[in-house]
Amino acid sequence: MGLAAEAQFHVLAVDDSLIDRILIERLLKTSSFHVTAVDSGSKALKFLGLVEEEQRNEEPSFVSQKSHNQDIDVNLIITDYCMPEMTGYDLLRKIKESKSLKDIPVVIMSSENVPSRINRCLEEGAEEFFLKPVQQSDVNKLRPHLLKSKVKEVGEEDQVINLSRNDIKEILA
Amino acid sequence: MERSQPRRQVAAMKQSLFDQGLLDEQFIQLEELSDDANPNFVEEIVTLYYRDSSRLISSIEQALKERHPLDFNKLDTLMHQFKGSSSSIGAKKVKAECTLFREYCRTGNAEGCMKSFQQLKKEYASLRKKLEAYFQLARQTGPMDSACRPK
Repeated sequence: MGLAAEAQFHVLAVDDSLIDRILIERLLKTSSFHVTAVDSGSKALKFLGLVEEEQRNEEPSFVSQKSHNQDIDVNLIITDYCMPEMTGYDLLRKIKESKSLKDIPVVIMSSENVPSRINRCLEEGAEEFFLKPVQQSDVNKLRPHLLKSKVKEVGEEDQVINLSRNDIKEILA
Repeated sequence: MERSQPRRQVAAMKQSLFDQGLLDEQFIQLEELSDDANPNFVEEIVTLYYRDSSRLISSIEQALKERHPLDFNKLDTLMHQFKGSSSSIGAKKVKAECTLFREYCRTGNAEGCMKSFQQLKKEYASLRKKLEAYFQLARQTGPMDSACRPK
């Protein structure tokens, strides 16, 4: 039925505002998501196991991942736009430029309704743009994006995330 | 003893906060995030808001003192953060004062900034008192019966 899969959706929330972090965490948990909340883009990248390419002496497409990254399975990233040092847009770009992370759906939140900003984010690959304060109805829009990326992931992951009937048959065989 | 009487008082108090334009729909959204596991979510987030935003208030206060001339960009950035948090807890009037302050920043109106900040602090403090009274009464009354709330 997919009940086990629902409990396993892991959302990484990024927001420099304490209040907004608490709010988004509560909203996501109410929808039965597992949540990790961080207060900056750099902490988000660290959590995702992404080391800056400038620090490496490898070809541009190579991205280093710490060994513990095997345990970190983030299904969606939701980030504030206005953050010091690294904006949500910068974070979005880094994620989309990363071979290992580019398929993770990213959602941007902002308190300001700036059409050019919204378009820029959507063009860069953000799935949705939510105006703050984010509400339950916004969070309800996340599930289709998560389900879509789950379908893509099956077969690519070494961890079993979403068991289809065939997977179960195989395991029981 | 009338059990519904205190409940009506709490509901009336809440309605009054809305009627006075102090709170908006976002506050209702917060209430809907309370459940058996997190019964005091609204009070907790509001408490955290006052604790967290006090340092922003201090920073703005400090920045307003450094008037040679005023750093409107810095003030606007600080106020943007404060407005965001205020909006997230449904503090309607406080949020409106923030918007006004940012307008004055945009037009480089130092006098306007000072005046609107004084007003903002008043609204901020007044709301705090009223919410404290509301939460105290709500706690005494026990968990709100969600069936009483209009859907």
